Amino acid sequence: MTDAGRHPRIKLLTLSEVVDVKGYVGNFDVKIIKKAKYVDETACTSCGDCATVCPVVRPDEFNMGLASRKAIYSPFPQAVPSSYLININECLGHNPAVCSKCVDACDKKCINFHMSDEEITEQVGSIIVATGLEPYDPTELDEYGYTRFENVLTSLEFERLVNAGGPSKGSLIRPTDRKKPKSVGFIQCVGSRSLRKGEQYCSNICCMNTIKSTLVLKEHYPDMEVKVFYIDIRAFGKGFEDLYTRSRRLGVKYIRGLPGSLEETAENTMRVAVENSATGKLEFHELDMLVLALGVKPAPSTQRLQEIMGLQLTPDGFYLEAHPKLQPVDAATRGIFYAGCAEGPKDIKESVTQASAAAVRAVRLMHKGEISSEPITSEIIAEKCKACGKCAEVCPYNAISVDVKNKKPAEVNSAACAGCGTCAAECHFDAIIMNHYTDQQILGQVDAMLTTEPETKILVFACNWCSYAGADYAGVSRLQYPANAHLVRVMCSGRVDEKFIWEGFRGGAPVVLVSGCHIGDCHYIDANHWTEKRVAKLHKKMVRLGIRPERLQLEWISAAEGIRFADKMKDMEALRKSVSAEEIADTIELLTKL
Amino acid sequence: MTPTNSRQRSAGDEAAPRIGVYVCHCGLNIAQSVNCPQVAESASTANDVVLSKDITYACSEPGQQEIKQDIIDNQLNRVVIASCSPRLHEPTFKQMVQDAGLNPYMMEMANLREQCSWVHMNDIENATRKAETLVDMAVSRVRHLDPLTEETLPLIKKTLVIGGGIAGIQAALDLADCGYDVTLVEKQPSIGGMMARLDKTFPTMDCSI
Repeated sequence: MTDAGRHPRIKLLTLSEVVDVKGYVGNFDVKIIKKAKYVDETACTSCGDCATVCPVVRPDEFNMGLASRKAIYSPFPQAVPSSYLININECLGHNPAVCSKCVDACDKKCINFHMSDEEITEQVGSIIVATGLEPYDPTELDEYGYTRFENVLTSLEFERLVNAGGPSKGSLIRPTDRKKPKSVGFIQCVGSRSLRKGEQYCSNICCMNTIKSTLVLKEHYPDMEVKVFYIDIRAFGKGFEDLYTRSRRLGVKYIRGLPGSLEETAENTMRVAVENSATGKLEFHELDMLVLALGVKPAPSTQRLQEIMGLQLTPDGFYLEAHPKLQPVDAATRGIFYAGCAEGPKDIKESVTQASAAAVRAVRLMHKGEISSEPITSEIIAEKCKACGKCAEVCPYNAISVDVKNKKPAEVNSAACAGCGTCAAECHFDAIIMNHYTDQQILGQVDAMLTTEPETKILVFACNWCSYAGADYAGVSRLQYPANAHLVRVMCSGRVDEKFIWEGFRGGAPVVLVSGCHIGDCHYIDANHWTEKRVAKLHKKMVRLGIRPERLQLEWISAAEGIRFADKMKDMEALRKSVSAEEIADTIELLTKL
Repeated sequence: MTPTNSRQRSAGDEAAPRIGVYVCHCGLNIAQSVNCPQVAESASTANDVVLSKDITYACSEPGQQEIKQDIIDNQLNRVVIASCSPRLHEPTFKQMVQDAGLNPYMMEMANLREQCSWVHMNDIENATRKAETLVDMAVSRVRHLDPLTEETLPLIKKTLVIGGGIAGIQAALDLADCGYDVTLVEKQPSIGGMMARLDKTFPTMDCSI
């Protein structure tokens, strides 16, 4: 921690949040809000004189509310940067002077009530997302009595109580009587591996964390009775089984089964009813203190950052990596990497390993000082361009400039162009070539697909980042669906030109599906909004022409939604069967005449 | 200086298409539900296809060698690899055709594994028919491909690390020690994250801070 604080190459921005990310790999523009601490970080010596005189007492978050702090405080003794700060919502206020005792007490004069939030912009070549975790909130699990009984603690509260720097200076005491408990029980999988409440996944760290806690207890209090209620003990890492064995050898009892109910006795001890699935018997255990081994959830900021940066999440809410085996720390967006629990629950060793991996991936990207960009960008054919300005309007990256007044043809800044192809799809004059995804290339695929027995086939346009990846995910999961679905890959659903759809129907396709990233998740900021508008427009035209609009479907399928993809293919097959040979023939005739 | 509207398609390659098609077995991954020799046979009749064959592992070293040799021997100027998802091996095969002297953008993949053999496992007849169509589609596309050249852009040698827990700290230190500037952004007033709250940590049972 201190190394990071004093490293000359690391700029530390605490109490700060990323609010916007623009740009592309190698050249990201990041906007950060640094909130005011009302204390000059560089001048504060952490003497603590200010806190001594502060009259406002509040629960201390760092100690999980088991201790108190003042409205001006240091987060914890080893904090980096080592500086006090004021929670301005708790402070009694300075203007008009209600209190201002801290200002008077500070010799260094580092308290400044006129400080305001700062907006900082940074330009970076790569981004590492290490937003961490949030522990599961056990208040919804009423059967464990966390809200009802004071001697039921969470694993984090327990951590603070056995920590020498914690509120009780490391001696374990019961909240009700401040006495050392004679017996302590741990309940595993609180918020994990449950279909009912909490999450379905295994949180990875709680078994070993509990085993560690039992060892700490046995080291300090060899006579203490320690029991662990569990489903499975997952001690799979290097050295883990040794710790588990040591814990059992020291007399910790492992009882296979999670408590069904809990009641408090007159002495504030917990009476736990549990079905021991190893013996098949109902058992009752009386324990002075109970610790809930909390599961791990993604940090609350995960979703907001995902939206800002256009990243993808798994159904569990953690960030989705580019490939689970071969690119485990890369995001699908080039130049962005994951480290730690942001990507999934993991312990310290794994977090450190992944962080180093992410750092090396970033170095690998940056070390040359330049970056080669794929030539999948759009190009204007100046002779055909009417300078209508539509392409510039739809471009999510403002990469196209058009002088509409003077009718000067559009120009593409190929460094800013990300290659979604929305401009080419929206151009009414065929004046834009989308390199590597040209009209000719895509129409060639559509025609080839529909050469023989078109009435038996399903035409699917899928965006590279979400839907095509979702189809791959269905494959990796071996989800079976009808064998007549054929995918045409485009970089973005925004590329799917009206004429591709008409070509499909004219070629005899019974049904067509356009699929892309969910709204808000588009890899090209918001290009799929144009997909949505275009499909709505097409539906209207189909109605006007007398073609059943259901034959053109739009579905948002993410990279993690293999099941959704397979299900949609089954729906499409049912829809295809509803389209008669006459209907197809009528459509072909109608569209050929146009 | 940002490049504007550069003609990225290089000159040349106006020659008539000479297409090579490779249908990969991927061991049994594809071959167990797709009749690969039949797919290769069917593709050989398409216009401009000079060579069409099935191959056990296209991505393996001998597989790539064979394809590269074919490109040279038969003056192929476009290649279709019908194998796994391009999301997996597109870079591999782009490099391969480049090594054989072609523009890397003159290669197209047909996804016969993730989007065919693995999702139609008990339906060899229909899976094979679909594979044939997917290869036809890829042949049609590859015929229209243009050679493209990558562009080199400047890059800022600096990293933003979001989150100052153990993972963020470690990543920031590694990068900084390699000589890169790092901005480490933390929502809380101090870095340290969850780990700073822990006393002993497994498996070493030592202090976390």
